[in-house]
Amino acid sequence: MNAQHQPTGSAYFMAAETARPETHTLSVLVDNEPGVLARVIGLFSGRGYNIDSLTVSETEHEAHLSRITIVTTATPNVLEQIKSQLERIVPVHRVVDLTVRSNELGHDKPLERELALVKVTGSGENRVEALRLADAFRAQVIDANTEHFIFEITGRVSKIEQFISIMRPLGLVEICRTGIAAMNRGAQGM
Amino acid sequence: MAKSGLFSPTRKTGQGVRHMAGKEMQMTGAEIVLQALKDNGVKHMFGYPGGAVLPIYDELHQQDDIEHILVRHEQGAGHMAEGYARSTGKPGVVLVTSGPGATNVVTALQDALMDSIPLVCITGQVPTSLIGSDAFQECDTVGITRPCTKHNWLVKDVNQLARIIHEAFRIATTGRPGPVVVDVPKDVQFATGTYTPPSPVIAQKSYQPKVAGDLEKVRAAIELMAGAKRPIIYSGGGVINSGREASQLLRELVELTGFPITSTLMGLGAYPASGKNWMGMLGMHGTYEANMAMHDCDVMLCIGARFDDRITGRLDAFSPNSKKIHIDIDPSSINKNVHVDIGILGDIGHVLEDMVRLWRASKKTDRTKLEPWWAQIDRWRGRKSLAYTPNRDVIMPQYAIERLCALTRDRDTYITTEVGQHQMWAAQFFGFEEPNRWMTSGGLGTMGYGFPAAIGVQVAHRDSLVIDIAGDASIQMCIQEMSCAVQYNLPVKIFILNNQYMGMVRQWQQLLHGNRLSHSYTESMPDFVKLAEAYGGVGMSCDKPGDLDAAIMEMIDTPRPVIFDCRVASLANCFPMIPSGKAHNEMLLPDEATDEAVANAIDAEGRALV
Repeated sequence: MNAQHQPTGSAYFMAAETARPETHTLSVLVDNEPGVLARVIGLFSGRGYNIDSLTVSETEHEAHLSRITIVTTATPNVLEQIKSQLERIVPVHRVVDLTVRSNELGHDKPLERELALVKVTGSGENRVEALRLADAFRAQVIDANTEHFIFEITGRVSKIEQFISIMRPLGLVEICRTGIAAMNRGAQGM
Repeated sequence: MAKSGLFSPTRKTGQGVRHMAGKEMQMTGAEIVLQALKDNGVKHMFGYPGGAVLPIYDELHQQDDIEHILVRHEQGAGHMAEGYARSTGKPGVVLVTSGPGATNVVTALQDALMDSIPLVCITGQVPTSLIGSDAFQECDTVGITRPCTKHNWLVKDVNQLARIIHEAFRIATTGRPGPVVVDVPKDVQFATGTYTPPSPVIAQKSYQPKVAGDLEKVRAAIELMAGAKRPIIYSGGGVINSGREASQLLRELVELTGFPITSTLMGLGAYPASGKNWMGMLGMHGTYEANMAMHDCDVMLCIGARFDDRITGRLDAFSPNSKKIHIDIDPSSINKNVHVDIGILGDIGHVLEDMVRLWRASKKTDRTKLEPWWAQIDRWRGRKSLAYTPNRDVIMPQYAIERLCALTRDRDTYITTEVGQHQMWAAQFFGFEEPNRWMTSGGLGTMGYGFPAAIGVQVAHRDSLVIDIAGDASIQMCIQEMSCAVQYNLPVKIFILNNQYMGMVRQWQQLLHGNRLSHSYTESMPDFVKLAEAYGGVGMSCDKPGDLDAAIMEMIDTPRPVIFDCRVASLANCFPMIPSGKAHNEMLLPDEATDEAVANAIDAEGRALV
């Protein structure tokens, strides 16, 4: 469905895309069996869909179920296709568009959190400034010596982006991010 | 991996399971494969041995329940299994070795995936301890086949083998059918484990296809249909896949409603070509009346088709003023290319049963209301879009198909094709009266499909007349299976429309590339008659229209494999045609297709597209 990239007027013609792309967060419940992640990722690459963020872990050990959280950007029609195509994968139990669901529940968007580890080296004024800002962002120091800090920061993606850009001139040398974990507000389960 | 609760000794056994059924037994992996195939009703399989499947071949040698057909190339095995499946409604079974055996079958797997054909392909694999070591004839079979199968498995535990093979059959044959691969390492074939018979307890709980349609939506669809002034039914391969009853119900629905009907390439035969409401195939090489009616209709009922790009032409001009109803078993097919007003998710047979029942109970077709529409359709029919100029000296390819159709009318005939002009002519000129009689590669467009598919059909229908309508280029892609046909005394007929060109490629070069025929002419062609004889078959040739009938009769009456080299007009083109970049109501008709019109049919933008 790379519709928007195709020239007009052909047997392969796809209408020029006028719909605006939207970013949605999908939750996919799958059997934790070999190759299941490859099936999901292969679907996205094979059909030309975007993956902005992907997180996966087994969430129910007894039932061998894993939860995959995917953030993707596409037009509404393509988002529907992504959902249908994911549901076609044999070991996929459920696909929930958390963004759509949160709107149904009367919320702006689902709860989304990401964790990042950020290593900053330096001395003197920069080092003091890094520690002061980390405190302002409620980042924790999880490792340090006289030359570096490793900060652990959790929060919305925008907060982490902001923290990283602030740390960059202060001696940032390494970043590791988890990708987002997401669920909807309220008492109801997925 | 999934849990092993399946091995509970108290579990009930499946129905229809024969002799050994009901017993859990200790067997080797190779014995389990054979037993599981038997318990799933397999009578024939197509394959080629090699190092990593030798234990299974050893078991095959010691039994008589399953007949194994030895192919000459694994691609042939895949297409044979497709032909077998398409003509019987049963899954086709393939057995190949690791590495090149598995990679050679990939084309057939993708072909089956795109045309929704149930295949169960068992591949050998190097021993588990060697997986990942770049061992001899190792390849990542599940990795390579993941995107070209409905599902696949690598079996690492012999105790899971039976369950996985049973599950493979369930997944291949239910929902939207498709190919599956079970990759079995050699040490698993040698290992001893527990055989469990097929069970009604579903192992893969996440896979539960929905067969019954939403009755409210069916009612809404009927309301829409009853109010239509210019309705059309557009049916596809899903009707064939759903089973014979679905075709019967489709015929009933057409009869009840009085609606005109067209079909995709894959759906031919579901409604008989002799039926009075039949408008011929639609799409790029469909009839004028079918495409015009699709464009001008006010209600479109799409049954088991998927709005493929060969069908819709230019999407923004596709049937612009109609309300659309789509019945399909695959949710991802609904609203994929074309937005529909009512999407009914379910098996065609189930939904049509509801539709026919509800229509009978509540609606009476007001035929007078449809009269102006039928009058318009008759005017379009009068355009005779399939007309061609007859020739007394040269066999026109269309004429050859017409004669083949006429002379096989009273036989029990199955037709397969390769891909190209001959395929379109066969679709246009060979009238199909029944489902499962027409095997062609629609989605993938695989040259080389038709001949092995015909062998697969013949294996399932030993006494029937099976003809592969071929082109001179396509037939050379799997010609080696002639040796297979001769070995098993399968009297398949290969009817080659020989024009020395890759005809469809040449036609597109004429349309798009200033008639520069780059590599579409085959300067060196085998002597097909001698080739047939070299393989131990029968070779025939004909180049005069006057001799054609007698030659075709001789071919039909020859109880051996025949290659029939039918020399046809070398520059004939396939019309009508919706040129690239055009809509349904902008077809190029045969009488308008002068050299100049052909050269200017596609504008610059259209040229970039297939």
